[in-house]
Amino acid sequence: MTRNPFPANWPLRIGGLIGLTYIIYASAQLGITGERLLHGFGEAQRFLARMFPPNFERWGLLVEGMLESLQIAVLSTAIGIVLSLPLGLMAARNLSPVWLAAPTRGFIAVCRSLHYVIVAIIFVKALGFGALAGVAALTVASIGFIAKLFAEAIEEISMKQVEAVRASGASPAGVLIYGVVPQVASRFIGFCIYLLDSNLRNSTLVGIVGAGGIGGTLFAAFKRFDYDFVCAILIAIIALIFLAEVISGRIRAALR
Amino acid sequence: MSATLPLHREWVRHSFGERLLRYFLWLAAIASLVWAVRSIEIIPEFLADAPEQMADLLIRMWPPDLGHYYPSVHAAMIETLHIASLGTVLGVALAIPIALLAARNICRNVLLNAVAQFLLVSSRSVNSLVWALIFVAVFGPGPAAGTFAIAFRSIGFVGKLLAEAIEEAAPGPVEALEASGAPWGHRMLKGIWPQVQPAFWGIALFRWDINVRESAVLGLVGAGGIGVVLDDAINFFQWERVATILLAILAVVVVAEILVTRIRAKLI
Repeated sequence: MTRNPFPANWPLRIGGLIGLTYIIYASAQLGITGERLLHGFGEAQRFLARMFPPNFERWGLLVEGMLESLQIAVLSTAIGIVLSLPLGLMAARNLSPVWLAAPTRGFIAVCRSLHYVIVAIIFVKALGFGALAGVAALTVASIGFIAKLFAEAIEEISMKQVEAVRASGASPAGVLIYGVVPQVASRFIGFCIYLLDSNLRNSTLVGIVGAGGIGGTLFAAFKRFDYDFVCAILIAIIALIFLAEVISGRIRAALR
Repeated sequence: MSATLPLHREWVRHSFGERLLRYFLWLAAIASLVWAVRSIEIIPEFLADAPEQMADLLIRMWPPDLGHYYPSVHAAMIETLHIASLGTVLGVALAIPIALLAARNICRNVLLNAVAQFLLVSSRSVNSLVWALIFVAVFGPGPAAGTFAIAFRSIGFVGKLLAEAIEEAAPGPVEALEASGAPWGHRMLKGIWPQVQPAFWGIALFRWDINVRESAVLGLVGAGGIGVVLDDAINFFQWERVATILLAILAVVVVAEILVTRIRAKLI
């Protein structure tokens, strides 16, 4: 009785068939046809031809947009951290009661679920065009991102130290400062740098809906078919993100 | 830290250089914050009436008119899900060959590794909305542009994680297959694939979850899906309708996240 060492994987095959059927169905639903793709590739060639060489002539506009993006990123990170510290504490199930933790977790989940660009449009409509809407939108996104990480970090702490500080008769603030903060401080700083990195990426985008930063310049250039300027902006954004990633990686390595 | 009493040394947590670095980083953080606050162009009047305006908007949105959901919002929601799913499938399909080229234990050519890494990094550096703008320029407005934007954005994420999973695979099974004379395809399929399979499904599901979230906004630049309906509703100031759409997006995103978490827990 010999066993087939490589038996056919029927569940995978049937799954693959279902997947293939879905792909064909969904492509038909979305109107993606071979003809359209071929036409698109022709367009892509023209598009790329117009993108190169990148045009840095309007570098003043570019630098201005980048600086505004940077400002939005810094401010929204700072406000987001300040708001997230109490929210993270309130959402941590080991330190706060259920009636407080559950609604806070819900609030954080809502902040996380809505894409920052959607939040940005709402704020643009409510607060008007400009950097203020961008800062507000990214602050909401920051809360969704970092308050959850804060809460998880607080939930992972050792309760022994907290109980020891509490047993010595410390006030709630004392318990926080001497029992909780030393256990989470280094991780929090790591999260904050990660947040700044993420906000920098996002702040280059919110301008597309009018919330300030380089995104507005990018969108305007796209609308005017200035594809060589678009290419210049994209190169600048990628360079900034890459630089930020390298620097934040260095800082995190140095702090460890 | 007194030199006269070597036995009575005080313990310090960080060396002088480390402390200097820390002070410098704090200084840099505070300086950048001050710079941002002082130079950002925020119109004071806008800031002053911001709470009032937000309250006004929320009052206009409440109560959400759920009657708007069917059929137009529902159709756009289905389209969004199609864009996310099809984009994920396409992205994963394109990511597999690049991940194989980027994995140093599969592709021994350093130059090809570097090229693949470059492709992955550039895919990740460009946001999905920017990819959508590019593909709207290529394919014209519509869900085709959205699907390709999602796919091209997914390549970098899936490719990077998949390449890492492949690099972590044990070389034993592949060597055994090679010794028995199995061709390259069989070595991949029976040596590598069973080892990376759980990671692969986990990565694909995780990316699908992110893509559901991201495909909701692609419509703002004309790349199809629920974003188009949202943009129209906002431009026409139909705030009850906006609220309905936001609720629909929230519901789908939350359900997708729960679904993915459940399936991942079963897989791993």
